[in-house]
Amino acid sequence: MSGRQMSGAEMVLAALADNGVDTIFGYPGGAVLPIYDAMFKQTLVRHVLVRQEGGAVHAAEGYARSTAGKVGCVLVTSGPGATNAVTGLLDAQMDSIPLICITGQVPTHLIGNDAFQEADTTGITRPCTKHNYLVKDVNKLAETIHEAFHVARSGRPGPVLIDLPKDVQFATGEYRPPEDFTFTYNPPFEPDQAAVERAVEMIAKAERPLFYTGGGVINAGPAAAATLTELVRLTGIPCTSTLMGLGAFPASDRQFLGMLGMHGSYEANLATHGCDLLICVGARFDDRVTGKVSAFSPGSKKIHIDIDASSINKNVRVDLPVVGDAGRVLEAMLRIWKSRGFQANAEAMAPWWAQIEAWRAVDCFAYRRADPVIKPQYALERLRAALKGRDDVYITTEVGQHQMWAAQFLPFDKPNHWMTSGGLGTMGYGLPAAIGTQMAHPGAVVIDVAGEASILMNIQEMSTAVQYRLPVKIFIMNNKWMGMVRQWQELLHGGRFSESYTAALPDFVKLAEAFGATGVRAETVDDLDSAIARMLSTPGPVILDVLVDETEMCFPMIPGGAAHNEIMLGPNDRGQQADAATREEGMVLV
Amino acid sequence: MPEAAIERHTLAVLVVNEPGVLARVIGLFSGRGYNIESLTVAEVERDKALSRITLVTSGTRMIIDQIKAQLERLVPIHRVRDLTEEGPFVGRELALVKVVSENGKRAEVLRIAESFGARIIDSSESSFVFEVTDTTEKVDQFLSMLAGLGRLEVARTGIVALSRGPESI
Ligand SMILES: Cc1cc2nc3c(=O)[nH]c(=O)nc-3n(C[C@H](O)[C@H](O)[C@H](O)COP(=O)(O)OP(=O)(O)OC[C@H]3O[C@@H](n4cnc5c(N)ncnc54)[C@H](O)[C@@H]3O)c2cc1C
Ligand SMILES: Cc1ncc(C[n+]2csc(CCOP(=O)(O)OP(=O)(O)O)c2C)c(N)n1
Repeated sequence: MSGRQMSGAEMVLAALADNGVDTIFGYPGGAVLPIYDAMFKQTLVRHVLVRQEGGAVHAAEGYARSTAGKVGCVLVTSGPGATNAVTGLLDAQMDSIPLICITGQVPTHLIGNDAFQEADTTGITRPCTKHNYLVKDVNKLAETIHEAFHVARSGRPGPVLIDLPKDVQFATGEYRPPEDFTFTYNPPFEPDQAAVERAVEMIAKAERPLFYTGGGVINAGPAAAATLTELVRLTGIPCTSTLMGLGAFPASDRQFLGMLGMHGSYEANLATHGCDLLICVGARFDDRVTGKVSAFSPGSKKIHIDIDASSINKNVRVDLPVVGDAGRVLEAMLRIWKSRGFQANAEAMAPWWAQIEAWRAVDCFAYRRADPVIKPQYALERLRAALKGRDDVYITTEVGQHQMWAAQFLPFDKPNHWMTSGGLGTMGYGLPAAIGTQMAHPGAVVIDVAGEASILMNIQEMSTAVQYRLPVKIFIMNNKWMGMVRQWQELLHGGRFSESYTAALPDFVKLAEAFGATGVRAETVDDLDSAIARMLSTPGPVILDVLVDETEMCFPMIPGGAAHNEIMLGPNDRGQQADAATREEGMVLV
Repeated sequence: MPEAAIERHTLAVLVVNEPGVLARVIGLFSGRGYNIESLTVAEVERDKALSRITLVTSGTRMIIDQIKAQLERLVPIHRVRDLTEEGPFVGRELALVKVVSENGKRAEVLRIAESFGARIIDSSESSFVFEVTDTTEKVDQFLSMLAGLGRLEVARTGIVALSRGPESI
């Protein structure tokens, strides 16, 4: 069987289309001009022109995360185009997002000569991609792109980069479709049934069990989230989630305890500390979640379900590892639970639930209103109220306090509706991610919950939103401070607020208008509801600048290096906080 | 918590012989702060373009398991075997040892070389170059015996290893 003859540049587009891509985010430059030229002559793949390459990668992340299983695609030029993409690639790597990034490269014969706009792109991106390729032969190009898609979406997803010298884009070669190839990369997917069987037995016997679910359930797809929900309800076991896993189990369910970890709920953290069986599904025992590892969930047996064997026993020793796809494992668990006639252990769990309800009654997210000043939590409560009843809402965030408050105060009942930079914590993520999300869901409400510092990191993407008439809503919780930095300075650095105040902020309303978008401001609690209503009802992109309390801190908080039962509920809650020694130990942590 | 013991493991890794593969393996170790005590690599199956890496590393049990899992998830890696864990294996390294010594010590040098089965592959009035192939421990021993007898220059390959018996990777 022989393939079609075409140029390398045409192959790129053919291969993207054959892998189901309809949208690519990019920015042109000398080393990718042949691909842009080929793009001009076709209609299969739509290109979204961003304003900075970093924006393209975050947009592709938003696109991938909100579509459950689609691969996000990026096209950038060599040198500065590629280096601008690096942060986004690492962001996708840390958060397990499937991406393909095609970078132009100087012609093969110039590689290594410090040619104009040359960068060692595969060298630079090796540690921040799942895999990368430098393609020097046009006849290897089709296979390489197909393999890149296979690698990006198989096993634990991640970003894959293809560096493509300009001469290879011009060269003519043979194109073959994905079906013509088989690939050797085949990470394990099916779990060991005996291990699953043992897991179910452990669950049936437990008296204080807890599900701890994460981004892996989202990665496994909406069906996995539905299976998780069924299993949690059937077993009657409480469920907490990481920041990355929000939406896999419905937040509105009584069995949901909220997020765990540094800014998680009191009940979720104390349940994690006090459980006798921790069932981790697609989460990776991140330090934001465990706090002090030696004091993490000290009395529990631990089951860890993960598709990536290297996530297991990395930070915390577990008793029963189950390597495989979360969806497959959960299905098998459900099947075994039913076929062996296990019952929710209601009697044994009654005291456990009573304890949890007592923790819940502490009402850890309570805050004091300070009318007419808008408390950030109040702003989110009003946003939540305005969105109630809609199921087409997608939330992205920037990074900081507002991100944590969004996780605490907004309800996520479905997977793939919450896009936040968890592992890398990249300020500037939210706006481009919202753009990518809106491209995938043109009619939906897409809101970037932002801080005024973060939004400035990729504010140029407003111009993209306006160009493509993407009605993204930017909900800035403007406290004039890098609030999260200020909070750490207040709690850990003696209130020395070094360089965390932005003394010259733009007028965000005028800024929105300068971009050709709409700007709205809310200054007091009385303005808030009407401002939110205006933001939601105005067509096109809108920035809503909500002036919030400048010094509010985000609680609960488990200070760095502390254990879950040392969680602080408020600024004066030092009673339970660790002694000075732990605090110093914690201070060196990030 | 008691400090976990440090173990030393010899790993055999089969990789696709493509550009950058060694950088991936080495980058994994340097990026995550793992130790490499020795690493050897060469193509072993020309038709399938497969190379074999023999790697000696040390760390706690948890770290050794991490290293194996991290290696396994690299795309061009076909297979990772922990020879230390999976039963008896033979490991050998080759060392070239130049000994520059005064006349009075040459006989002693030759006697030691002979007892270690070292071959003379170069000699001059004041020097020898020996080739010795043995376990790391034996090579170390050889070098320490020679240490007092002259100036040494040493080049070592690091070990290559195979499991004993009929099983293969
Ligand atoms: C300012 C800030 C504060 C934060 N505070 C918190 C906090 O309080 N609480 C919190 O939880 N996080 C917090 N985070 C996020 C934190 O840094 C981590 O990103 C997050 O905890 C990791 O989530 P996860 O464990 O679900 O893993 P992810 O990063 O989502 O990783 C997914 C895991 O699932 C596995 N997996 C992938 N696909 C599958 C599959 N198909 N089947 C099975 N397994 C699969 C992967 O191998 C991996 O181990 C914060 C971040 C920031 C920026
Ligand atoms: C690119 C980048 N630089 C620095 C940081 C460190 N950092 C984390 S949160 C934060 C402040 C964010 O301020 P803002 O966006 O106003 O949000 P707030 O915390 O006030 O809600 C900073 C500087 C980061 N996460 N990302």
